[in-house]
Amino acid sequence: MLALATTLAACSDNDNDPVVEEPVVVEPIVVEPVISEFTITFSNLTAGQPLSPLSVIAFEDEAPWTFGTTASVGLEMLAESGANEEYLSYESALAAVSAEGAIGPGETTTVIITVEEQETLNLSFAAMLGNTNDAFTDLSSLDVSTLEVGGSLSRTTTAYDAGTEANTETAETVPGPAASGEGFNEIRDDTADIITMHPGIVSNQDGLSTSALGVEHKFDNPVSKIVITRTQ
Amino acid sequence: MKASTLTIAILLAAASQSTMAAELDLKVTNLTKGIHFTPLLITAHNSEDTLFEVATQVSTALQTMAEGGNIAELVAQATAAGSDMAANPAEGLLAPAASTTATLSTTDGNEYLSLTAMMLPTNDGFIGLNSWKIPTEAGTYIINLNAYDAGTEQNNELVVEGSGAPGTPGIPAAPGGDAGTGGTGVLSGDTNTNIHIHPGSLGDDDLEAGNSDLSNTVHRWLNPVAQLTVTVK
Repeated sequence: MLALATTLAACSDNDNDPVVEEPVVVEPIVVEPVISEFTITFSNLTAGQPLSPLSVIAFEDEAPWTFGTTASVGLEMLAESGANEEYLSYESALAAVSAEGAIGPGETTTVIITVEEQETLNLSFAAMLGNTNDAFTDLSSLDVSTLEVGGSLSRTTTAYDAGTEANTETAETVPGPAASGEGFNEIRDDTADIITMHPGIVSNQDGLSTSALGVEHKFDNPVSKIVITRTQ
Repeated sequence: MKASTLTIAILLAAASQSTMAAELDLKVTNLTKGIHFTPLLITAHNSEDTLFEVATQVSTALQTMAEGGNIAELVAQATAAGSDMAANPAEGLLAPAASTTATLSTTDGNEYLSLTAMMLPTNDGFIGLNSWKIPTEAGTYIINLNAYDAGTEQNNELVVEGSGAPGTPGIPAAPGGDAGTGGTGVLSGDTNTNIHIHPGSLGDDDLEAGNSDLSNTVHRWLNPVAQLTVTVK
């Protein structure tokens, strides 16, 4: 706006322009950007899966990931280890924040994201299911463009499989407290390197003898509940 | 005489309004990690002629689809019922995470959508949508689909060539090429012979032996297993 005003003023000063008879004085207008603030509560609905710190990304139209495609390294890291620094550095993000810590089964966390008001504004949410190889729960894209201050949206999320690590459930490969194994490993050894829904964990009590997981780590959909309230 | 003609005209107008034809764009996505879908059948039908009904006994046509993926009988049934249909839009199997699209023009009175496709490798599992009312308002609608069990075959989880015919026990194929052999057969106590939500496959961790020929880390699933996106134009 300011730049436009300056350009107009410069134009009207141009002596070669025969149309302009006298200079038009344009008062510079300082426009304060309108900030939208969203307060998000995130509840873990599983029986025995800790959920890694929730990642929240605001974007205009290109979601951080798409079903049926190959996971980015950022998403691979999030889904295999819960670490979200790389994921949050997503290049099309207008804003990106992480909840402070992981939440256990039955727990709820709150995270706030602020972003300059946009005509089109979407939010994306992601967190790892800790006692798995590469499961994450996610709302890829939620349109909050028309959400009024004070208004809220409530969604439940399902479990996805990043497709970046085979679901062996072994003690060496599951990073959560059930096994304390390795987190991120750049080797991609799953059946297909694409994001699908997660088939669930098997556990050592249900036929996978090499599994470090017990029946208490089984989960079903939905995995989490997310409530988004526009607070500013 | 005049009055009754007018009444008929009003009735006809009201009737045509409530049974409006529709132009639909359809997209079906396989959400699973390790299950293929056999040829899809999507029909627009009246309130009676759905492809299946939960908690009832299956028709032979549906059993033929659920146990072997053959939709010929269902197509014949839907044709006889005057349904509009998109048959086999993927022209074969729909792989995990893959999508297929179709367009469907519905005729007056066909206000409901139904969908079926067999899930492989399963004995008689299928994805289903039963009589979803097509909205009259233009827009895009997303419907999550669950896995059903036709209730016609014990889920022994053994891959047996040629077992796609109705009544022949076994899983006719594992298109992912990731199933095993030499299983002794899962003994399932599932006695529900009506269409029900599929309890899921068990699988095991031995591709050469064990109860099941399925892999427990590859061939299980959680609902929803498919997503149908309907755009009403």
